[in-house]
Amino acid sequence: MAERKTLTFALMDAPYESARTTTALRLIDIAVRRGYAVNVFAYEGAVLLPFSRQQPHPNAVHGRDVEQENHLLTKEVVTALVAEAARNGGVLDWVNCGLCVDERGAGEAIDSVRRGSPADFWKMAEASDNTLVIGTR
Amino acid sequence: MASYLLIESRDPFESADVGFSQDLARRLAAAGNEVTLFLVQNGVMPARAGAVAPKFGELAQAGVEILADDFSLRERGIRPDRLQPGVKPSALDLVIDRLAGGAKAIWH
Repeated sequence: MAERKTLTFALMDAPYESARTTTALRLIDIAVRRGYAVNVFAYEGAVLLPFSRQQPHPNAVHGRDVEQENHLLTKEVVTALVAEAARNGGVLDWVNCGLCVDERGAGEAIDSVRRGSPADFWKMAEASDNTLVIGTR
Repeated sequence: MASYLLIESRDPFESADVGFSQDLARRLAAAGNEVTLFLVQNGVMPARAGAVAPKFGELAQAGVEILADDFSLRERGIRPDRLQPGVKPSALDLVIDRLAGGAKAIWH
């Protein structure tokens, strides 16, 4: 059996604003499907990715109801990634920057997310095989 | 010799600093390092055949491996058989491969 790798990602973009979020979630998806241990440190607007009060909505402009719109919620993506990691014998440890959460009133995160600080990011990076920082600029 | 993974997500037609990544890739390769330039998102735009400005041929000759995310190419309607010389399509999995292998990675 191959050695289980540990990777850390730092994300900064808020949901629905940048293609970087899509790419980041794709990368995490690949890693958890391999059964890797994956750490995510969500900083700045990225703390809203697992915000539990996200709601699907209809799209009146396009004449679609909620089901037809089938709006993607990033909290559900994060939930699915955590489950996928567990299914493959790995783990996804998602840490939201506490100060960023407070600034944005984003404390209501899904259950699998924990609160931390940039010091947690440093610890994650120290304990990882590699780290990728996906900055906003 | 170190292994470097430079991930370019920006389009040089809107971000003038894309040239920085390309220069860095060329210099790292010239110093004897293993260098991959991975294009993703709008970073694949200059990879299409006929696009003006890219230095991909020069970079490839310098020993830089240039790959373009196949999903980003499909999103933008760029066919994999219509890429600049020196650029090859690749799955995003390669980024995870390289990270797991310990490459020094920079996102731009």
